[in-house]
Amino acid sequence: MNRKPIPLSPYYRSLTRNMVLLVMVISLTPMLLVTGIILDQFSTSHHEKVYAHLGELVLKHKQNIDSFLDEKVQNIRFLADSIDFGRVGQAVMIAEDLSRLQGAYGTVFVDLGVVDENGQQAAYAGPFKLEKADYADADWFKKAIDRPCYISDVFLGLRGSPHFIIAVRKTWQDRKWIIRATIDFLSFNGLVERVRIGETGFAYILNREGQFQTKPIFDFIPTLDIYIRYFSTLERMGKEVEIQERLDGTGVKSLYVSALLKGGDWLLVYKQASSDAFSDLRNAQIIAVIIFVFGGIAIVTMAVWMSGKMVRRIATSDNEKEIMNQQVIETGKLASIGELAAGIAHEINNPVAIMFEEANWLRDLIEDGAYKDEADIQEFERALNQIRTQGLRCKEITLKLLSFARKTDSRIEDLDIGHLIEELMALSAQRAKYSNIELVTRIEHDLPTLSASYSELQQVFLNLINNAMDAMDKTGGTLEISAKQEEGQILIGVTDNGPGIPKANLGRIFDPFFTTKPVGSGTGLGLSICYGIIEKMGGGITVKSALEVGTTFEIRIPVKTGEGQDNQTVAEPDTCN
Amino acid sequence: MAIATIMLVDDEIPFVEAMTKRLTRKNLEVETAFNGSEALEKLTACRMTEVVILDVKMPGMDGIETLQAIKQRVPLVEVIMLTGHATVESAIEGMKLGAFDYLMKPCDMDHLIAKVTEAAARKRQHEEKIINARIKEITNRYA
Repeated sequence: MNRKPIPLSPYYRSLTRNMVLLVMVISLTPMLLVTGIILDQFSTSHHEKVYAHLGELVLKHKQNIDSFLDEKVQNIRFLADSIDFGRVGQAVMIAEDLSRLQGAYGTVFVDLGVVDENGQQAAYAGPFKLEKADYADADWFKKAIDRPCYISDVFLGLRGSPHFIIAVRKTWQDRKWIIRATIDFLSFNGLVERVRIGETGFAYILNREGQFQTKPIFDFIPTLDIYIRYFSTLERMGKEVEIQERLDGTGVKSLYVSALLKGGDWLLVYKQASSDAFSDLRNAQIIAVIIFVFGGIAIVTMAVWMSGKMVRRIATSDNEKEIMNQQVIETGKLASIGELAAGIAHEINNPVAIMFEEANWLRDLIEDGAYKDEADIQEFERALNQIRTQGLRCKEITLKLLSFARKTDSRIEDLDIGHLIEELMALSAQRAKYSNIELVTRIEHDLPTLSASYSELQQVFLNLINNAMDAMDKTGGTLEISAKQEEGQILIGVTDNGPGIPKANLGRIFDPFFTTKPVGSGTGLGLSICYGIIEKMGGGITVKSALEVGTTFEIRIPVKTGEGQDNQTVAEPDTCN
Repeated sequence: MAIATIMLVDDEIPFVEAMTKRLTRKNLEVETAFNGSEALEKLTACRMTEVVILDVKMPGMDGIETLQAIKQRVPLVEVIMLTGHATVESAIEGMKLGAFDYLMKPCDMDHLIAKVTEAAARKRQHEEKIINARIKEITNRYA
C-alpha cells in the first residue's frame, strides 16, 4: 500500500520554512564567516609574501644590473689609463686592447674606439667599419665630453643596430679624449630577460623618455606618463622598490614592480598579471568557493529534508494528540454527564416518590372501601391529579436531559451561546437549589452566533458550572454567568463566591490530572479539557481568584467576522432558583 | 392511642401531604414541617414529637444541619433520615451524628412504620430510664 503524503496545512508549511531558514542561517553563517576570514587573512599574507618576493627579486636585479654597468665602466677606465694617446692613429693598438677585454670579460664588449674632443673617432677596433666616424653631433658624445664617464641610452647609432655606449673621458696633453666601448645588446638584454616568473612575469628597462632599453618578451607600447610617475615616485619617496597593482594598457590587472637604475636614468620594471602572480591565492579561492557551494548545497538539502521530515512527524504527533484530546474530551464528557446524572436522578426521585405515595394512598382508600361518597371521589381526583402533575414534572426533567444528550457530536454549527447557557443553568437549577446556590445569568440580547461545536461548548460550561457548585456546595452562594460582546469577541464570565482557589494551585488548575478533590471524586481533566476546547476555537480562558471572595473564569471566543452586531443592551438579570 | 407521634420534614409539599394521609391512616400522629428551621421551631415549642423523619436534601438548612440542631436542642427525639440514592453518604454521616436510621425514598410503608415503632420505643425507653434515675435520686434524698 502506497501512502500518499497528506498535504500539510499552511501552519506546518511556515513551520518548515522557518526551520529551514534557521538551520541555513545557523550553519551557513559560521561557514561563511570562517571561509571569509581565512580567505581574507590568506589573501593579505599572500599579497605580502608575493610583494616581498618580487620586491627582493627586482632589488637583486637592479643591483646586478647596476654592478654590471659599474664594472664595465671600471673596465674601460682601467683601460683608458693604459692607453698611449700618442699612438692613437694606429688601429692595432686598440685592437689589442679589445681582444684583452674580450679575453677577460667575454663578448660583452663589441668594439672599442677613441674619439677626440672634436668628435672624430681617432682609433677603432671592432667588427664595424667605423674608423674616422664623426660623432660630433651624436647625442652621447655631447653628454660624454662633459663628464668623466658616461653610459648612453640604447640607440641605433651609425651601425643601425641597438646598442649602448660606455664612454670615459681622459685628458692628455690638454686635450680631451673619449674612450668609448659598445656593450653587446644581447648579453645586456640577457640580464633582464632572465627575470621570468610564472607565465606572464617579465622585466624590462625604460629610460626617462619611456623608451625601451631592453627588448621586452611581450611586445607593447609603454604609457609614458605612468613611467614618469614611477620615476618621480621613487625619487620622491627615496624607496628602492615601488610596487603597484593596476590595469595595464589591455585592461588586464597587473603588478608593476619598479626600481631606478643607472643613478636614476633608467627604470627597471617587472610586470606580471595579478592573476598569474596570485595564482596560488586564486586556486585557494576557487577551492574555498567550490567547498562552500557544495557544503551549502548539502546543508540546504539536509535542512529541507530534515525539516520536512521533522515537521511531518510533528504533524503526525499533533494529529495523534488531537485524536487523544478528542478521546479525553469524550471521557471528560462522560464524567460530567455522570455527575449531572446523579443530580438528575435525585431530581427525578422526588416526583417519583410522590407518585408512589399517592398511588399507595389510593390503594389504601380502595382497601377501606371509601370510594362511594362525594368526598372520597374528590380525594381520588386530587390524588390522580397529583400523580399527573408529578408525571409531567418527570417528563420535563427527562426532556431537559434528552436535549442535552442528543447533541453529542462535535460538529461545528452556528449556535446561540445565550441559549446554551440558559439550558445548562436549567439543568443545574435543581442541584443549585439544594446547595443554596442562587443562579444568575446576565446575557446580552442579540449576541452574534458562534461557529462552534454545541456539545463541546456545553461541556466547557457544564464543567465550569459543576466546579463552581462544588466550590459552593457547603456554603451556598451565587453563581453568575454573564455573556457580552466586546471587540469582536464574546466574553463570558463564570463567577462564584465560593472559597476561592489558593495561589499555589492557580497556576496548575488547567493542567491535566490536577485535582484537589479526594481520590475517586475528580479526574482532574475538566478544566484542562475546557482549556483545550477554547484554545482550539481560537479563544482564551483565564481565571481570577481571591480567597474567601470567589473565583471568576473568563472565556473569550472570537466571533465569525462580518456577523457582529452592535447591540449593547444588557439583559435584566434573570434569577432562577 | 396512636403508635407514635412523628414529624415529617421535607421540602416537597405534595410528598409531605400524601405521606401524612397514609401515616395517619396507619395510626400515627403526624406533624409536618417544610424546612429545617420550621421543624426546629415546632420541636422546641411542643415536646410531644417522638420521631422525626427528615429529608437529607433540602434548600436552606439541609438535613444534616437540621439533625445536628435537633440533637443539640431536643436530644431525646429520634431522627430517621430520608434520602434519594444520590445522598447515601450524607445519610451515613447522619447516622454518625446520632440519627436512628436512614430510609431510601420512596420507602415501603410497613418498613417505615416498623422503624418508627422501634425508634419511638427507644425514645420511651430512654425517657423511662431518666425518670427512674430521677425517682431514685429523689428517694435516695429522702431515705
